[in-house]
Amino acid sequence: MTTATFIPAARRVKELNFLNHDYSIHSWLMTKDHKRIAILYMVSITFFFIIGGVAAMLIRLELISPTNWLVASETYNKLFTMHGVIMVWFFLIPSIPAVLGNFLMPLMLGARDVAFPKLNMASWYLYVIGGVFTLVALLWGGVDTGWTFYTPLSSTFSNTHVVMVVVGVFIVGFSTIFTGLNFIVTTHSMRCPGMTWFRMPLFVWGIYATSVIQVLATPVLAMTLALVAIERIWRVGIFDPALGGDPLLFQHLFWFYSHPAVYIMILPGMAVESELITCFSRKEPFGYIFIAFSSVAIAILGFLVWAHHMFVAGISVYSGLVFSMLSMIVAVPSAIKVFNWTATLYKGSISLQTPMLYALGFIGLFTMGGLTGVMLATLGLDVHVHDTYFVIAHFHYIMVGGMVMTYMGGLHFWWPKITGRMYNEWWGKMSALTIFLGFNLTFFPQFILGYLGMPRRYPAYPPEFQFYNVLSSAGASILAVGYILPLVYLLLSLRYGKKAGKNPYRATGLEWTTTSPPPEHNFHSIPVITHEPYAYHLELREPPEEQPSD
Amino acid sequence: MSGIPFVPSEGSTFAPKVDALFLFELTVAAFFTFLIFTCIVYFCIRYRRRSEDEIPPKMPSHYGLEITWTIVPFLLMLVMYFWGASLYVDMKRPGENGLEIHVIAKQWMWKIEHPEGVREINELHVPVGIPVRLILASQDVIHDFFVPAFRMKQDLIPGSYVTEWFQATQVGTFRLFCAQYCGMGHSTMVGKVVVLSPHDYQAWVAGAGPAEPPAAAGKKLFTTYGCVQCHGQRAPTLAGLYGSKVALQDGRMVIADEQYLRMAITDPSSQIVAGYPAIMPSFKGQLSEEQLYELIQFIKSLTPVRNTPYGNISQPPAAPLGAPSTQPAPGDQPQAVPNFPPAERPDSPPSQQQGPQS
Amino acid sequence: MTKPAYVEQQFEDIEQQTHAATLGMWVFLSTEILFFGVLFCSYMTCRTRWPDAFRHGSEDLFLWIGGINTAVLLTSSLFMALAVRSAARGDNRRVAIWLCITTAFGVAFLGIKGFEYAQDAKERLIPEYNFSTISTEDAGKPPSKQDPRPQQEQLFMVFYFIMTGFHALHMLAGVGVLLVLLIMTLRGRFSAEYHNPIEIAGLYWHFVDIVWVFLYPALYLLRQA
Repeated sequence: MTTATFIPAARRVKELNFLNHDYSIHSWLMTKDHKRIAILYMVSITFFFIIGGVAAMLIRLELISPTNWLVASETYNKLFTMHGVIMVWFFLIPSIPAVLGNFLMPLMLGARDVAFPKLNMASWYLYVIGGVFTLVALLWGGVDTGWTFYTPLSSTFSNTHVVMVVVGVFIVGFSTIFTGLNFIVTTHSMRCPGMTWFRMPLFVWGIYATSVIQVLATPVLAMTLALVAIERIWRVGIFDPALGGDPLLFQHLFWFYSHPAVYIMILPGMAVESELITCFSRKEPFGYIFIAFSSVAIAILGFLVWAHHMFVAGISVYSGLVFSMLSMIVAVPSAIKVFNWTATLYKGSISLQTPMLYALGFIGLFTMGGLTGVMLATLGLDVHVHDTYFVIAHFHYIMVGGMVMTYMGGLHFWWPKITGRMYNEWWGKMSALTIFLGFNLTFFPQFILGYLGMPRRYPAYPPEFQFYNVLSSAGASILAVGYILPLVYLLLSLRYGKKAGKNPYRATGLEWTTTSPPPEHNFHSIPVITHEPYAYHLELREPPEEQPSD
Repeated sequence: MSGIPFVPSEGSTFAPKVDALFLFELTVAAFFTFLIFTCIVYFCIRYRRRSEDEIPPKMPSHYGLEITWTIVPFLLMLVMYFWGASLYVDMKRPGENGLEIHVIAKQWMWKIEHPEGVREINELHVPVGIPVRLILASQDVIHDFFVPAFRMKQDLIPGSYVTEWFQATQVGTFRLFCAQYCGMGHSTMVGKVVVLSPHDYQAWVAGAGPAEPPAAAGKKLFTTYGCVQCHGQRAPTLAGLYGSKVALQDGRMVIADEQYLRMAITDPSSQIVAGYPAIMPSFKGQLSEEQLYELIQFIKSLTPVRNTPYGNISQPPAAPLGAPSTQPAPGDQPQAVPNFPPAERPDSPPSQQQGPQS
Repeated sequence: MTKPAYVEQQFEDIEQQTHAATLGMWVFLSTEILFFGVLFCSYMTCRTRWPDAFRHGSEDLFLWIGGINTAVLLTSSLFMALAVRSAARGDNRRVAIWLCITTAFGVAFLGIKGFEYAQDAKERLIPEYNFSTISTEDAGKPPSKQDPRPQQEQLFMVFYFIMTGFHALHMLAGVGVLLVLLIMTLRGRFSAEYHNPIEIAGLYWHFVDIVWVFLYPALYLLRQA
């Protein structure tokens, strides 16, 4: 289970790891090391998160007052479009897979790297190039179609740089596709001896399921956006009814990708959740097989429900009935996971450290988000709340209350492994609580706003909605503080944090058998697996390792 | 409404039904949320780590539990599904003996036309207690006609007709929103629905001044655009067409509803009637949304007994209520109707043509 | 245990590398199916909406040029398969020959496609550019004898150019890959033990061929006899 690389303190020279073996910029920008690529992604997505977050702050500031007091409508429309585009494609979709997935997948599987390291590097460069296109569009005046690009508004009526943003998203889509391809092949081909499918950590199952969706859904988005660009440039008539096209065709094609896309965004969060809950309960997951297969079930079923975004769009009653039923079914595997995670706590040895706070917050918020999703899947009810703040609240509960919480939780959990340093635990807990409280204050009032009838994408609204909007904006400012704090203390930990040993949390998993940070090629010799995963009853019998002195 | 609102007022027959369904789902959601929350809190306290060396026992898989918490939520969701589906189907089946009102959305306003020809902008006056069926069209991008108090919402797709219906249950004024992002003025595309007692509604219609009912205007267009030259002779007869089943050349059987009539005018080659040659010209781009509606209302008025799929709907009047004997000329503004830009009309009617246009 | 140079550092042995690379190519091809699938789906949807205009469009395409191209492409796949077979035997000389011929056929396909596009332009079929509802054949005839094209045929032409255009781009990429492999073969980089890149390039080439096998009937053959 552990590879013995014990070097007596007296003979310890500077241990070379993936971070310090070469400090040159060239070694970073031309790296094929999955761990360095993960860090490149970490920096890039943080950059985009800040931009998307600033857009969100401006939106919430504007919404304090029922009138357009801060920005004109045109600017507001550009703000929510860029917020959506950046957060979906440049933050959420890459976040856990490209950062934590890249770092951990080879380590967890006992491999030296992913299957195609050069392709991995290319994925990051595609991400950056796509980001550049999108940023240029932003700086050059922005786009005002909404991240959903509905036609004919986007194909004919909008006067903004739709083509440029669409090109950016097209390119970053290929970044996603290649990352997914890499992980699928890595999981199939690079498992170390003894690592059967059911001995893999649940994190791998989750990333694998995500990768299948990435690989199959993203090409549909790419081609759909290409058709929008073609329609804009050459005024053909695929989607614009004035030219004989069908706006609903765009919606079907768009949502055929975008619904699985939301599962691309949440499955990695669930993957991390399984690791956090088990480590901080010091137990194997309750129902490993069920959690593993639920990930696959969500990936498959997620492709069958897209038209629940279109119940009032003009689809037939029959379509509505079919898609509503399928949407109910897709909720079942997620429910199974929530129950299994909760049951994992039973008779565990629970420690409420920072990653665990995020993990527990996730269960609650994801449950609320998921149940409101079932409400949206209910036909008669959806007619009222569709395209209102109810929907916004629902998906932010899943994306922010779910995914971002697990991203933060995972970042904290594996921070010692990635950087070799511990962060300040008190500040970690404070930030987690701040985020939890700020989040709920921001988004819970939006459920009420939505049911009251406040539509989406409105900078100005009737005065009776102001009370909840003010609450929501107040929450957003608290949430912002909650996100800024980790930026500060995590960065500070790089210099002032306590040095971390191999396995500060006594977790199972091959990544915890390497040094912190791991060496460049991960393992001195490829491990051989002889027992089931999450063998805490074995791990805990070994004495806790001595934490290194600084 | 004093205090802090939680729920919009219930203004239609749907509203209490939607609210009941929501309450049920909210209760189920709250139950499961508190169940999970309680379990988490309890487990975290009861099983907190007391010693660094404690080793939790291995828990075997419990298939019974797994199956239970798969089946029970699924059954609950089935209840929600059937309840919601039945409500949805009702929402799609308009009530009988109602009023038909035409709504055209354009960036960024609502243009409404009553069957008597009365027009409004950003306001919809309706009588209480009578089913109202809206025939919705968009002139440019996708909009959405949303009245929270009625719990009803429908996207308007340019190039098509869609319909939604409601029956108001209380007199009052209710907010109208555009709920599909449509560009710069999306949040200004708001208005109100004014529900009046049937008597007040009739008074309002009468007081809105003389107006030409769309069917009458449509009758004139029918001649101006040359439709009368073919239909009734070599082209399918239009009397009794609306609401009937039509056999198309490609084998389909369709019902001649508003959308069918619209397609027949704007894109006839896509639905050739069986047994007829494909020679009807397309009038796409030549008729404004208002004119299209007027023509269709005229065609509808040619069906004497309105056994439509939507039940018996009152005939659109051929003459305006309380109007003087002389019809106002097209283009004249009736006095009490708010300033309303005249419908776009081509400079002159097209010359008569046979065959498809180039 | 030292690995041969042709095994990359992340792999333990050639079997693992071969397995990974082949699986990777299959996954990539599945993304391409979805990519082209959008076009086929949209095309079929629009075809059902305007059956008459689209049938006209199919009839206006040059059946014989498309047919020759189909034969060219299928033959190129034959030579690609031969290249893979020779590579498995380590017969580098034959590999180079077959790759050469395959590339030549691929270039021929692209050339014929270019010629076809020029003919389409001459026939005034390019949408938004020079589309005319009166074909050159009909230009001299009196109006009663003309069979004008429906306006919606432009949409058919849009699909025709987009679908064959993306296909041609994939062919071009394939030709590029084959040239690289040709150079590598001539430099003696491949052997019976290590020739997987040729196999997976073969997979890609056959896939692009199959896309054409669907494109040709969908675009050219749905016409009245």
